[in-house]
Amino acid sequence: MKDLKTTVIACTPSYMLYLTEYASKMGVSLKDDTKLRAGIFGAEPWSEETRKRIEEKAGIDAYDVYGTSELSGPLFTECEEKCGIHIWADHFLIEIIDPETGERLGEGEKGELVVTTLSKEALPLIRWRTGDITVIESEKCACGRTHPRIMRILGRADDMIIVRGVNVFPSQIEHVLMQIPEVGEHYMIILDRAENGLDVMTVQVELSEKAEVDRVSDILELEKRIAEKLKSVLNVTAKVEVVNPGTLQRFEGKAKRVIDRRKI
Amino acid sequence: MLEDYVIRQLSVFVENKPGRLAAVTEILYKEKINIKAFTIAEAGDFGIIRMVVDRTDDAYRCLKDAGFTVTLTRVLGVEVEDEPGGLYRIAKALGEQGINIEYVYAFTYGGDKALIILRVDDLEKAAEILESRGMLYKG
Repeated sequence: MKDLKTTVIACTPSYMLYLTEYASKMGVSLKDDTKLRAGIFGAEPWSEETRKRIEEKAGIDAYDVYGTSELSGPLFTECEEKCGIHIWADHFLIEIIDPETGERLGEGEKGELVVTTLSKEALPLIRWRTGDITVIESEKCACGRTHPRIMRILGRADDMIIVRGVNVFPSQIEHVLMQIPEVGEHYMIILDRAENGLDVMTVQVELSEKAEVDRVSDILELEKRIAEKLKSVLNVTAKVEVVNPGTLQRFEGKAKRVIDRRKI
Repeated sequence: MLEDYVIRQLSVFVENKPGRLAAVTEILYKEKINIKAFTIAEAGDFGIIRMVVDRTDDAYRCLKDAGFTVTLTRVLGVEVEDEPGGLYRIAKALGEQGINIEYVYAFTYGGDKALIILRVDDLEKAAEILESRGMLYKG
């Protein structure tokens, strides 16, 4: 960045924090030693506190960005007011619906964002359910633009989680575990944020009847094999912890298999 | 013939937390199982208990019924005099012939004897070598 005299960066907010840490360990201050002046950050939820931390540590203006792969990736960002993300109404029609009933909700009401593309070719989308929960504001923004804004994404309508900017569905993990006879079907996903700012996903699984365990390497190899399979399916590296059968929580009704200990 | 020298060892997976060892040994105690050799291989979050007991099948069954992950492994048992050199002679004999010892542990008993438990990569060959050297075996 120093050499290329980069002025703007785009990445996940947690990665930006990681970069600032890493840079200072190298003796580089992003604030004073680079030409960075702005960043657009998204692909995972982040808070106002994180925005302030990024802006202070890196000496930049930090803007929220939103999009989905189906829509063409990151498409919509905040203006200088940093008060909601402007949706380009000439190209995209947005709605909010109740994720349970599908009923259309009004402005200011929390619900699932639904998008229709108006000019996209090859892969147009009509009332595409994003699964993201947010609120629409159509009042004119202080910047002067009349494009409606969506406020910070508040969560998901489904059980999808985001790890280091990558979407992960617990059912994908379940599918991998079912193919491994040495482990059972119960699992827990624990999400933490490391000191360096990056997400750490730990998957706990129970040994099954079929597991042959005599050497320490038997377990370590099993954990490694599971981690490799998960990586190839999810595109995210997970720590695997094998535990005794019957140790993990059992659920009546819907299983809550994710423990998210991250503070954003 | 080989089977005379093979011991069926129990391995139990346990998490590295307080109370786990007590939980396993309590089950054995209640079933009146006597432990003849015992060791734990620890690896951070978990450990593997390995033991040789007097009633292997009973121990296997009651530990499994209690929900533990138990495995039976065929290992060699060598009985030696309880004096210096016992383990050295075995290790030398096997090493010279290219046999790899995965793990070893030993127990002394009877005042003048020691039992050495070995898991090796080639059970048959190791038994042959030790027998040909006239080393004492445990049945």
